[in-house]
Order: sequence, then structure tokens, then C-alpha cells
Amino acid sequence: MARKISFKEAINEALDQEMTRDPTVILMGEDIVGGSGSPGEDDAWGGVLGVTKGLYAKHGDRLMDTPLSESAYIGSAVGAATCGLRPVAELMFLDFLGVCFDQIFNQAAKFRYMFGGKAETPVTIRAMVGAGFRAAAQHSQMLTPIVTHIPGLKVVCPSNAYDAKGLLIQSIRDNDPVIFCEHKSLYAHEVDVPEESYAIPFGEANVVREGGDVTIVAYGLMVHRASEAAAVLAKDGIECEIIDLRTLSPIDTETIIESVENTGRLVCVDEANPRCSIASDVSAMVSQEAFSSLKAAPRIVAAPHTPVPFSPALEDLYIPSAERVVDAVRKTMEP
Amino acid sequence: MDDTSITPLLMPKWGLSMQEGILVEWLVEDGAEISVGDEIMEVETDKIASAVEAADAGTLRRRLGEIGETYPVRALLGVLAPEDVSDADIDAYISSYEVPVDEEGDNAAAASQYAFVDIDSGRLRYAQCGDDGPAVILVHGFGGDLDNWLFNIDALADRARVYALDLPGHGQSGKTIADPGLGGLARVLQAFMLAVGVERAHLVGHSMGAAVAARLACDAPNQVLSLTLISAAGLGSEINADYISGFVDAQSRRELKPVLMNLFADSSLVNRSLVDDMLKFKRIDGVDDALRQLASSLFAGGKQQNLLAAQIADLDLDTLVIWGMEDLVIPAAHAQNVDTARVEIIDGAGHMVQMEQAARVNELILDHILG
Repeated sequence: MARKISFKEAINEALDQEMTRDPTVILMGEDIVGGSGSPGEDDAWGGVLGVTKGLYAKHGDRLMDTPLSESAYIGSAVGAATCGLRPVAELMFLDFLGVCFDQIFNQAAKFRYMFGGKAETPVTIRAMVGAGFRAAAQHSQMLTPIVTHIPGLKVVCPSNAYDAKGLLIQSIRDNDPVIFCEHKSLYAHEVDVPEESYAIPFGEANVVREGGDVTIVAYGLMVHRASEAAAVLAKDGIECEIIDLRTLSPIDTETIIESVENTGRLVCVDEANPRCSIASDVSAMVSQEAFSSLKAAPRIVAAPHTPVPFSPALEDLYIPSAERVVDAVRKTMEP
Repeated sequence: MDDTSITPLLMPKWGLSMQEGILVEWLVEDGAEISVGDEIMEVETDKIASAVEAADAGTLRRRLGEIGETYPVRALLGVLAPEDVSDADIDAYISSYEVPVDEEGDNAAAASQYAFVDIDSGRLRYAQCGDDGPAVILVHGFGGDLDNWLFNIDALADRARVYALDLPGHGQSGKTIADPGLGGLARVLQAFMLAVGVERAHLVGHSMGAAVAARLACDAPNQVLSLTLISAAGLGSEINADYISGFVDAQSRRELKPVLMNLFADSSLVNRSLVDDMLKFKRIDGVDDALRQLASSLFAGGKQQNLLAAQIADLDLDTLVIWGMEDLVIPAAHAQNVDTARVEIIDGAGHMVQMEQAARVNELILDHILG
């Protein structure tokens, strides 16, 4: 039975259902239980924003509050994965990648290759991404391009609760390391989500809106900005096709190319910094694979090449807006 | 203002979950003379796009709905009235029109019409509409669910007590199938009737659901008042094996869409929402297994394994067979295989004839069950 639940509730439900289904699924992270070992309520917090709240009461010691040492617990999660568990480690903010990156990119991502396909590392690393939370430069970045760059990692960044649940379940069941990026500004966003478990395959983009004039490729929060832009443009008779990538690695090039072959125009919207981003990657790929279909140069709408500012006014300017997407689409339509 | 000569044109309500729709296109001009059954506008919902047929006749005095706008169910989109009704009266009617609101709000009302019942082999979802008249049970086909009847339930419920269920492995019913044979599915239908307190019913089945209904009629003829078999399985051995395997195997929108286009004479009805809904269903844990079990039991080797036409003809039971002329899944020629049945072949419709030519199908069913 489908009912409306939030992105945050969808994550919680996916974790709960997979822990119930598969006893090898464990959760690790800072304060994911919250308050264990101290007097008072056992799972008072359930993570810094309460995403894992209630799971300790149901699954007990399969949730582990870790010390504030990402290098230690991300390393443990990777090791546990190679030894038969399916750990879901919460990195809180993807910005903390720096202190545990060796464990991720030089260990987890490499094992399948370095051991001739004989080693599997079914670890999922959940982390919040994105700006708009007034959390300043070290807790607001969209570092998706950094992890997407590494072969051996799968990278997921859902735009809504339905996709979040199905992609997290797929991440947990997947036998490779998955970086699961959750945009904190989407946590309260609600859509219809089935109560049953379901998995959404990786590498399958979602066509959010069909249109014949311009293809907009986006992921995460930017899908919503693209949708706002498309609604504005539709009033002027410009029909946008919006592709929500859902997974950045693997990426669904077929859907993108097919769409651009039809529209002839491409706008890539990415909350990451513009250099070496998902947007620049998609735009390069389309320029190479569908050049003859293009009627205009692909355009990129991204954050500026600066850290996320703490000033609320500047932070709001920093995040790509629907207006900027509208402008970019109009530029591709110019004769 | 309560002028009964003014007839409103409203955003239709298709199925239980529809709350709003987009007016895609007007198919008639301002001032047009409209007859019952004329296609007057194109509406798209999150489930399907379709033309709206006029339920009343009259002169279209006003087109109020704006193309591309979203309107709640029962919103006023146009006004029919005779020439002698003044513009002022029409203006007054329009300004006094209010969209009726269900008591508990649309959401709660829609949800409360779906119900669940537990039988030995698992949980079944169903919908029940209509309080008076004979019991009618609608049984969907392979890979379908009770929303396949979204253009039929309300129309039939005006004159009958209508039940529509999700078969095991389908819709929001349990995803385990105790017995994937036709007899097993017929027993589920029988158990459903017992659970909802229906002793005897008119059975209306579509495709695989028609075979299930027919099987129950053969196994327990005293429980069946009449049979309506739509694009039915069970009447011949041919079936589009590529459709079945394509449907079962499709994992993505790109794979599924061309498969679903086999279902309709007008393949443009297969829009993004319809494909998305089907994919959402197919991704649920257990569905893949359920569909494979059914396909390998009922359609092994690309042939239908249950041939019931002769048995149905031997029953002393009013039987109506309805088929879409352009059915690409099961040949319309099978309609002729039940010697004793009344047969209606409908032009401009494919396998999902009850959706594509809903008004005609509803009329035939009501005529059949009410005599």
C-alpha cells in the first residue's frame, strides 16, 4: 500500500526492512543510536537528524555508535563487508570524506579488481550532501564528482523518497561499495512510497517530464529546480524533458543520448562546483556521442567555483536556481 | 441559481485514487452540439491519458477549462445549456458552482475505498463500490490490477454492487502465489467471495482474469450468475508469447514501453505515467517470481495451457464475450470459440478494450447482467 512519507522516513524504512530481511545487515556511525551507554533514553537521537531513530529499539546491537573517528569505523565497515556482513556506515556529511578516503577509494573500491574478482565488498556508505542548510563550507558540499571519478565505487543521489527507498535497498543488496548521497534539503520532501520492499536497478535514469525542445539532465535537489524551470518555460511553449540520473555511477547514457537525439539541446544542472563535475561529464559525453544531433552548444548550470558561503544571502545565490535554469534553456533556444 | 436545464461538464473521476487531472485538449469547439458519447476533451492523470466522452447531450455554451491546467476531480470545465438559457444565467451558474468536497477530504475518502481481506493463501486488496443491485466481481489479467477497471467501476456501480480485486502477486495483494495454476487462482476468487460475503456473483474477467472466472464457473457453477469474458485467455491456445516474456523480463522504461504498446489499439495511450506505474509494481519484492510462476504455469512454451471454451459452452450460463478488434495479445478470433455465447467485437480497441472503449463495454456488461 503506497502512502506519502518523507525522504527521511523512506531511508529509515529501507534500513529497517533490509535489517529485518537479512541478518548480515548492520549499521555503524556517529550517534546513529544516540545516547547508548549513557543514562536516559536509549535511542534518543537516531543520528544527527534522526534518520535512524527507532531502529535500535528493533534491531539492538546490530546498530553501533562509533567513536568520532571516520578513518576507524569506515575502515571497519569495509573490512566487515569483505568478511561477509553488509554494513551500512553513516558518514554523516560527505564533507568528512577527507579523513577516511584511503579506506574508500584505495581499499574498498579496489578489492574486486586487485583480487581478480574473488573479493566482494558489499558496503554502503550513507552521507548527507548539499547546501541550503546554513551549515557552512565544511558541511554543505556536493562532492558527488569526487566519488564518481573512482572506478569500483557506485554512486547514488536520489531526488525523492520513492527513489531513496528503492535505491537504498538496491545499495544494500549490491555486492560493490556504494556511496549513497542524501540531500539534506530533501529530508522533509514527501511522495507516495509503497510499504513493500522494492529495489530500483542502478544505471536507470528516470524521465521526470517528457518534452521535445530541450533535455535537462539533473540529480538530487536540482531535479526540483529543473522541474520549476520547466513549468515556467512550458507557459512560453518551451517543452523540457527532465532526466533524473538517480545513479551517477553507473550512469544511464542511453537515456540521455536518446533524449538529446530527440530534442537537440542539452542543459546540465549540477549543485557541485563546475570543474570536473557531473554536468561537465554529461555535457562532454553528449558532445562526443550525439554531436550531430545538437542544435546548440550544451549549457551547464552549476555552483560557482568557490566553497559554500556561510552568509545566508550568498548561500542562496550559490545554489543553482530555477531562474538560472530557465535562462540557460532560453540560451539554447536562441537562433 | 438552480437551473436544471444547465448541465455541467466536469473533470471526470477515473478510478479510486484519481484526485486531479490535466486538461490536455478540447476536442469540440465552443457552441458545438454535443451528443451522448461524443469525445469532448482529452484528460491526462497520473495513471493514463484518455478522451472524455459526453454523458449528456446539449449545446456547449462555455469552455472554461484552460489547456494544460490541472483541475481537481469534479471541477467545472464547461457548461452545456439550450440556446434559450441566457448568458447571465450561465454566468450565475458558473460563479455559484463549487467543487464538491468529500467529507474527510479527498485523500482519506479515496484510501477508505480500498480494503484488504485475508484469505488462507494471503492478503488480497479489493475495492467495493455501489450498494444496490446484483454482485459483480471484476477480475483483472496477467500483470494488471484492479485499476485496469478504472473506467468501469463507477459506471457499473450505479446499478450493481461491484467488487474488484487484485489477484495474488498483483497490485497491492500479497506477492506469494500458493498455487499458480488456473484452478489455484479460481480457488482464490472463491475464497475472496466467501471472505467478503458474496454467495453468487456475475463474474467479469479480463484476459487471464477471464480464464480464472471461467474456471470458477466450471468448478462451482452454482456460485456464478453469469460470465463476461473480455479479451479472454482460456478460449484458444495462441497467445503473443513475445508480449508475455517481454513483460516479465523488462527491467527498464525503455524495455517495458514497447511491450505495453501491444495492449492498446492507440499506442499513444502508453504514456510515461502508465509505464512508471507498471515498473513500480514490477520492482516490488516477490512480483518477479510471481509473474514467472504464472507465466510458466499458464503460458508454458508460449501457448495457453488451459482451454475452457467447450466446458463453458456446456454450462447453462449466460456468457458474453467482448473483444477488441485490434487485440495484439490474444487473437480476437478466439471470441467465436464459445458456441453458446453472445459475442461483441469492438472496433478501435486492443487488448485493454475495457479501458479504450469503456462506455461501450460498460453498456454491454450492464445489459448482460441486468437483462
